[in-house]
Amino acid sequence: MITKRIIACLDVHGGRVVKGVQFVDIIDAGDPAALAARHAREGADEIVLLDITATHEGRQTLLDTVRRTARELFVPFAVGGGIRSADDAAQVFEAGADKVSVNSAALADPTLIDAIGRSFGAQAVVVAIDARRDPDAADPVRDAQVFVQGGRKPAGRRVVEWAREAEARGAGEILLTSMDSDGMRTGFDCELTAAVSEAVSIPVIASGGAGTVDHFVDVFGRGKADAALAASIFHFDISSARSLKQELAKAGVSVRLPC
Amino acid sequence: MRVTVIDYKAGNLTSVLKALRHLGSEPEVTDGDLTLVGNAERIVLPGVGHFQATERLDATGLTPAIRAAIARGVPFLGICVGMQWLFAGSSEAPDQSGLAHFNEQCTRFPQSSEKVPHVGWNSLEVRAGSRLLAGVEPGEFVYFTHSYKAPVTANTAAITHYIEPFASAVENANVMGVQFHPEKSGSTGLKILTNFLSWEGSGAA
Repeated sequence: MITKRIIACLDVHGGRVVKGVQFVDIIDAGDPAALAARHAREGADEIVLLDITATHEGRQTLLDTVRRTARELFVPFAVGGGIRSADDAAQVFEAGADKVSVNSAALADPTLIDAIGRSFGAQAVVVAIDARRDPDAADPVRDAQVFVQGGRKPAGRRVVEWAREAEARGAGEILLTSMDSDGMRTGFDCELTAAVSEAVSIPVIASGGAGTVDHFVDVFGRGKADAALAASIFHFDISSARSLKQELAKAGVSVRLPC
Repeated sequence: MRVTVIDYKAGNLTSVLKALRHLGSEPEVTDGDLTLVGNAERIVLPGVGHFQATERLDATGLTPAIRAAIARGVPFLGICVGMQWLFAGSSEAPDQSGLAHFNEQCTRFPQSSEKVPHVGWNSLEVRAGSRLLAGVEPGEFVYFTHSYKAPVTANTAAITHYIEPFASAVENANVMGVQFHPEKSGSTGLKILTNFLSWEGSGAA
């Protein structure tokens, strides 16, 4: 039986893993390669590395980090942040990533999704969407606003229609972050996740808000998520992926165990 | 140990090469050196992406070279699209022939309430006697990402259930294939690659 994936996310800034609350107030959480290896050892089903302050000057640092992180990692490994062209993606794949995650650049030029998919296959393209509910919209959830530039600027797109376009262009997965919930540890936005998951046939990875085991049970059930991302829940020894999955299994969620 | 890895420009080889090196083998990559394939000790055909990409194997003359290598007993492992290529073809690209080592066709998962592609960790029901999957216990998981799949036949080495049962591994003497990605399947995947690398032939299929 297919299992729900627990994905460990490493937000990287200048070669270090960091964690912020609602995209600001950043603190240091360690070395990416060491943390990725630890998460894989402790049962994470996949690793995502997001370069949260991707700058042109930082590209080489990121590629070095990807290379170092990928070296001994034998679970799927996705990398995002600052990928603006198929050439950028090619460099990240060359460094050892299995998937790239694109966000702002895909919103600026959606054909980027087609281009990367053509060269590397749909399974290698994750479209990351940062969304915030729009209380003024007719449907605040389905019409949640999509943001770019690390959540700083509205993109002028609505979450469901953008997710559908991404799928049509050949995205392999959607990584959906609720900006309302991110870093709050108050639970995933299950309504938002379900709205997107029901609108597309590709897998949806829920992100933003993980704090307790029940939050994961909820997002896999009510939220119809295929995978869930956790960052802050792991970094400070609050929980390992394995212990989280053991609890999820007790709650009836199908997960990869032993791992 | 020398392993010839075929590059037909369908996706990224880095992960496969990394796993093979990690296990102590020396992968050599070719996108059309027929002499290299002619002298190959072991062949790995990776592949992610579209079945149409295998047309490059025909265009470069690799298809007959691989067929000849298989006939002289060289252990062969196809991964993902590389496994599907062992079949006659795939409905993903109906005009593109596979190697037809196995006569059946690969097809898309049927419409259902489940998502397609099938992405994530799923389990294997290993058939008795599989050498490729020796030591893989019930309940071990491997990582999949695909929309097309091979049918269950007498050459199926493992069955996986998603929407319907499909062949997650095939094995016929020196010819082996896996639909999942052993290079991304943690210790279970490395064990399977180790089985392939230590496979000692008893002749051609």
